[in-house]
Amino acid sequence: MTIADHIVKSFDEELNRLHQTIVQMGGLAEAQLQGAIDALVRRDAGLAAEIVRADHRIDELELEVSQRAIRVLALRQPMALDLRSVVAALKISSDIERIGDYAANVAKRAAVLAQSPPIKTVGGIQRMSRLAQQLIKDVLDAYVAADAQKADAAWRRDEEIDEMYGSLFRELLTYMMEDPRNIGPSTHLLFVAKNIERIGDHATNIAETIHFLVHGRPIDAARPKGDTTNLAVAAAPSAEPGAGA
Amino acid sequence: MNQPIAFTLKPTSAPAVAVDSPPKMSARGVDVFYGEKQALFDVDIDIHRNRVTALIGPSGCGKSTFIRCLNRMNDVIADARVRGSITLDGQDIHDPGLDVVSLRARVGMVFQKPNPFPKSVYENVAYGPRIHGLAASRGELDDIVRASLERAGLWGEVAERLNEPGTSLSGGQQQRLCIARAIAVDPEVILMDEPCSALDPIATARIEELIDELRLNFAIVIVTHSMQQAARVSQHTAFFHLGKLVEQGPTEQIFTSPRDERTQGYVTGRFG
Repeated sequence: MTIADHIVKSFDEELNRLHQTIVQMGGLAEAQLQGAIDALVRRDAGLAAEIVRADHRIDELELEVSQRAIRVLALRQPMALDLRSVVAALKISSDIERIGDYAANVAKRAAVLAQSPPIKTVGGIQRMSRLAQQLIKDVLDAYVAADAQKADAAWRRDEEIDEMYGSLFRELLTYMMEDPRNIGPSTHLLFVAKNIERIGDHATNIAETIHFLVHGRPIDAARPKGDTTNLAVAAAPSAEPGAGA
Repeated sequence: MNQPIAFTLKPTSAPAVAVDSPPKMSARGVDVFYGEKQALFDVDIDIHRNRVTALIGPSGCGKSTFIRCLNRMNDVIADARVRGSITLDGQDIHDPGLDVVSLRARVGMVFQKPNPFPKSVYENVAYGPRIHGLAASRGELDDIVRASLERAGLWGEVAERLNEPGTSLSGGQQQRLCIARAIAVDPEVILMDEPCSALDPIATARIEELIDELRLNFAIVIVTHSMQQAARVSQHTAFFHLGKLVEQGPTEQIFTSPRDERTQGYVTGRFG
């Protein structure tokens, strides 16, 4: 999209600042997730605590985005693409803020997990997180370039994360069945996996917002839904005693 | 200032736009020339009852030229030529058998600057019905004057001042007086050429509220330079640029996701 500048230049400056704040937020959230996973893999409670503390910076930036957006709405009465970009900034910033919250929650659990015996599933979580980080990076790149095609491609890729979550779920369940002492750490890891899966969902929300921002209409196709076995498996144990008898 | 924020749900009074019904006015392939210079190119648009149609575009884009076609105001410009078809209820308004004075009674107009006659408030409103023979008696004329002023939202302010000159009213009141004058002859379409550009924001808000009420009974076409005003008062918006109707559609669509890049550029303040 090549768009001419506004006649009023300060309007462009305000919109640019808004976009830059979003990009800054997104970069921070990406780094927070990376840090939380590092803390998990390295069993580093100190790093985990640092990540938890740093979450407030994302919250502050979200507030800044809201204030800038409200200011532009009040003073410029943006229309069409400009209006969509201000609304998109508000929506994207709240998605990024949630991503930051999930990353902080991963870090909190990493601190707890550092105290318990290691579980090998962590490797799978690391791979899942890399996908999520790539997704965040791609949607942010798509946002900067206002590239709806790139956003659409990222939007479709969330399926992989959902599938990985399904397989991690099954894996962790077997550990828990093997040895009840694994239940505590496995549950934490399960939440970590769920958090990353939710981060993927927020990244796809952002991709949807970018599509709307560029085209002025929502993505029409239904998003491909990944593995749903985690739901099926969850119901299985209660049915088992009757069936096994 | 400290009132709690409360919402009351009430049904909206305005009827939905009946787009299925035949258009009140219809323009097809309208070209306008001022001498050698072509000011409008091949304009197609339908004007519907119960709907405010806003015409927007930069200065000189042809929107005022077009609105003036709708009641043949361009006839009074010596070298203006109009080509194409414009119909009112299916009848060609350029039909030689059609009386232009009665056309202008059916398609009334309100101008940019309030232009009351240098007569009393009462006479300003009574003039039209009198020359069109709409009132059989003084009593009937009084009723029309009162009803028109009420519909224009002005009655409460001028009931005691009917004999004062129209020009003694404030700018916003004068504009509502002009609207009362336009509706006194019971038109079907009201054309407004930047009716608020000479008014302050409060007077503007009154006129906009009035336009929304008038929509219940009339087809309204408004030319405005204020995009916010077009967005606030209209249901259908047409964007003109360099004499062409570039894009038209539901107002919401034009202001949230216009399809044409020129429309986008104009409504977002990138050219104009």
